[in-house]
Amino acid sequence: MSDTVIRVENLSKRYVLGHRRNRHDGLRHRMEDLLRNPFGWLRGRMRKRRAERGEFWALKDVSFEVKHGEVLGVIGRNGAGKSTLLKILSRITEPTAGRVRLKGRVASLLEVGTGFHPELTGRENIYLNGAILGMRKMEIRNKFEEIVAFSEVEKFLDTPVKRYSSGMYVRLAFAVAAHLEPEILLVDEVLAVGDTAFQKKCLGKMSEVARGGRTVLFVSHNMDAVRTLCQRGILIEDGRIGTEGDMENVVEAYFARLATGYSQRQSSNHYGLMVEKVTLKNDRGRETRQFCPGEDLVVEIAFDAKKHVEKPYFQLVVKGNKGNCFTANMLLDGHRPDYLEGKGLVSCRFKAIPLLPQRYTVIMAIKASNGKDAIMDYSELASFIVTADLVEHGFKGDFLTRVSEATSVVIPYEWQLPDGTTASVSLNCPVALTLI
Amino acid sequence: MVESDLNGFCFMDEMIIEAGHPDRQYLRDLWRYRELFMFLAWRDLLVRYKQTVVGVAWSLIRPALAVLVLTVVGKVGKLPAGGVPYALFVACAMLPWQFFSTALSESGNSLVSNSNLISKVYFPRLVVPASSVIISFVDFAIAAFFLGVLMCWYHFLPPEIAWMLPGFVLLAFAASFGAGLWIAALMVKYRDFRFIVPFVVQFGLYASPVLVMTSKVPERWRLIYSLNPMVGIIDGFRWCLLGHQNVMYWPGFALSCATVIVLVATGIGYFRKTERTFADVI
Repeated sequence: MSDTVIRVENLSKRYVLGHRRNRHDGLRHRMEDLLRNPFGWLRGRMRKRRAERGEFWALKDVSFEVKHGEVLGVIGRNGAGKSTLLKILSRITEPTAGRVRLKGRVASLLEVGTGFHPELTGRENIYLNGAILGMRKMEIRNKFEEIVAFSEVEKFLDTPVKRYSSGMYVRLAFAVAAHLEPEILLVDEVLAVGDTAFQKKCLGKMSEVARGGRTVLFVSHNMDAVRTLCQRGILIEDGRIGTEGDMENVVEAYFARLATGYSQRQSSNHYGLMVEKVTLKNDRGRETRQFCPGEDLVVEIAFDAKKHVEKPYFQLVVKGNKGNCFTANMLLDGHRPDYLEGKGLVSCRFKAIPLLPQRYTVIMAIKASNGKDAIMDYSELASFIVTADLVEHGFKGDFLTRVSEATSVVIPYEWQLPDGTTASVSLNCPVALTLI
Repeated sequence: MVESDLNGFCFMDEMIIEAGHPDRQYLRDLWRYRELFMFLAWRDLLVRYKQTVVGVAWSLIRPALAVLVLTVVGKVGKLPAGGVPYALFVACAMLPWQFFSTALSESGNSLVSNSNLISKVYFPRLVVPASSVIISFVDFAIAAFFLGVLMCWYHFLPPEIAWMLPGFVLLAFAASFGAGLWIAALMVKYRDFRFIVPFVVQFGLYASPVLVMTSKVPERWRLIYSLNPMVGIIDGFRWCLLGHQNVMYWPGFALSCATVIVLVATGIGYFRKTERTFADVI
């Protein structure tokens, strides 16, 4: 049934900035105001406030719809307003203007382990946390075994939670949260908990929830997770909706904005260097987001130097699931442009990338001529994937499906086996077996 | 199996969240979250005595010690006790007084100490101060047991009107709840109350008829004195449980009742009004 379950209409939320509050909102100052100006009190107070108040619109005129069973990804930079949106949908805070219509029971996961008390045991905390999240006692009791099994802390169920390791703590917390069964689920970046194995488990559970026909609103910084789980997405920028639509498009827009939008902010600083566009190209010079192992990766940066920029240092890093893979760093190699002025292009060709089929991001930083001041901080500017049929590259293992968890960079290597045979492996060339 | 637990929340039911509109669902939510209310009270009770050796006995020792100290003070000061042993006189007053003062402090702090819940989870916020009043009530029950023991020791039998006690207990409950709500809501925005409340509690002990009888208060001050809700309540407790010369000053009692009603009504009003901004301010 494709019925609209969440309808957000012109939602806005304004916060008053804190710098004034501390000075004039203490009880003492209220009393003073009262005594000084007993009758003009109300009028005077209003006037004073409006004049000196600093405002911040966390959300402005946000409107969108979510249909029953849909999984909507909400992405955006830090401070864009994603958490505020979820807080309003969860009824934790009130909107300043606009309206939200919700059909169905809502459960929100804004934080893992809300309400956990360190003095209580794991068992007691499961009940407490479940109740806080909105589950009935019967529900918790029925799901108790499942929750314990998911969390893998059976042995420690009756010890106080303050004795748990941080990993155990989050596993238990997430296990309770994962067994919520509302019609509408709002999730705010809670999947970044625990070790990788557990994160995969959480992701799996989230997919299960999503496929179970529930409506999910998923806020995350993990583009991978968001791509996997969500069909549709919205990009929130500075409190407004930037892009809406198919998740892939929205993620692309996010990266595109990151490159340009970030530097637009930078151009108001005294360097005046803007990154207009970052393009990835392959050997043949064709713009693409998909590469093969062993191909060249060309990162082309189109910049606009509004002012004369002397001897900047460019740094590029390619990063995979497990961390940074390789880098091109002018601080080390010493080849930097004498100056940048006006529009131009800087490109870097990484030769024969030894990368396994996974998703990668390109991160860039630009440092000023003294090598220390940042013209641009480390930012993710683009992403690409590597695809390959590993069998053709000579990988004959039985567990090729595990490639997504493997370490990304494979430089040519050679095994020396006990029976005397040598096996060479390289992502570029086919296997060469030499018998001694 | 789960769907049947969703207690009447029909899929077609639409919930509207809008600025400035009172939450139409509040009463329904309070009912739905009744279990959370019990869970929070259970949690606070459990946590209290974890890792203690004496455990629940502390709830008995505290009122016992208070009564002991005040009895000594009364004996030394030769304070009149309306024809009953001074210990009983004081214990009868300490019962509601400790209920009220603990409820005031606990309720007052409840929202702030649960700030992590307030800012991350939705539930009707009234649940939080309400559950702390319940904790104080548990202490009250234990202290009542102690009072019973004391009466046995003095071979004292309460008068027949003792059956009216529940009415006064209810009044004490209401006073604690009303005052607690006020402090809880105020504490969120003005942390000054963290210092004001202990002071009020200390001062209140002397401003209430715990050590002295209301009848000893000069006639012309008695009515204003009764603005303190605890005056009517403590007098009521004494009248019910002790009798003899512990009489009720009815006009004062009426005033105390009125104060309690005003406290509760305005308390709920102020709480509901400021509740919307708790998560932003806390």
